[in-house]
Amino acid sequence: MPLAGYLLVAALLFAIGLAGALTRRNAILVLIGIELMLNAANLNLIAFWRFGPHPEALTGMMFAIFSIAVAAAEAAVGLGLVIAIHRHTNTTDLDKMNRMKG
Amino acid sequence: MRPVSPIFYILAALTLAGGLAAVLLKHLVHCALATTVAFAGLALLFLQLDAQFAGFAQILVYIGAVAILIVFAILLTRGSELPKDGVFSRTWFVGLVIAAGVFAVLAWAVLESVRSVPQQAGVPAVTVHDIGNALVGRYVLPLEIVALLLTAATIGAVIVAMHEKERPKP
Repeated sequence: MPLAGYLLVAALLFAIGLAGALTRRNAILVLIGIELMLNAANLNLIAFWRFGPHPEALTGMMFAIFSIAVAAAEAAVGLGLVIAIHRHTNTTDLDKMNRMKG
Repeated sequence: MRPVSPIFYILAALTLAGGLAAVLLKHLVHCALATTVAFAGLALLFLQLDAQFAGFAQILVYIGAVAILIVFAILLTRGSELPKDGVFSRTWFVGLVIAAGVFAVLAWAVLESVRSVPQQAGVPAVTVHDIGNALVGRYVLPLEIVALLLTAATIGAVIVAMHEKERPKP
């Protein structure tokens, strides 16, 4: 079953990205985990487009292309935020970013 | 039913190894390099799925732009120095359990529905010409919105990361 293989790879990559985003201290690593999760979703979209009944309608392909563009914008804003926080607090350690804690 | 080609296993192993290394390695620069390997593996998987345009867009956007951006951010935040108290957060076990649970649910859903998923065997006859026509035809409004979003994100990222000027005291 080709499609199930791709879906399992995407699920595993999503879980790896989620584990990275939830367990690492560094904010940049959390962003890397989020990028991995977005990429896993893209792999799902492309796989469903390839094995779906109407690939000539290009729906899944377009969704994946727009998703890549949105992910690029997200990476730019996220890394800009990390740099701004580093300038204010001199750290990228998420456990030390507790200024808003009540 | 088409057998799964061995190239798929090689590419899947490359991608997953890159992702695992990105999450597990200590040095941030090594993590960025491992992420690039995972992105490249995904691009090759796209190419293997006959999605040439998405594969090359993946190479251009992720390996060309996002990986460089991550390396820049690591160097600008002095992330190449090792933290003293470990790279994993205090609640790493909870995160690991959540990730394992999510994977278990997803894998269960995939394996349960494996009989009813579509299995189109033929290679789709889609060229870049078709994709271009669709982008400026049926999908022209999303294309314009994405252009607006990218402009707004670029300006926003520059403003967020810009040096703050000293405010005049009232």
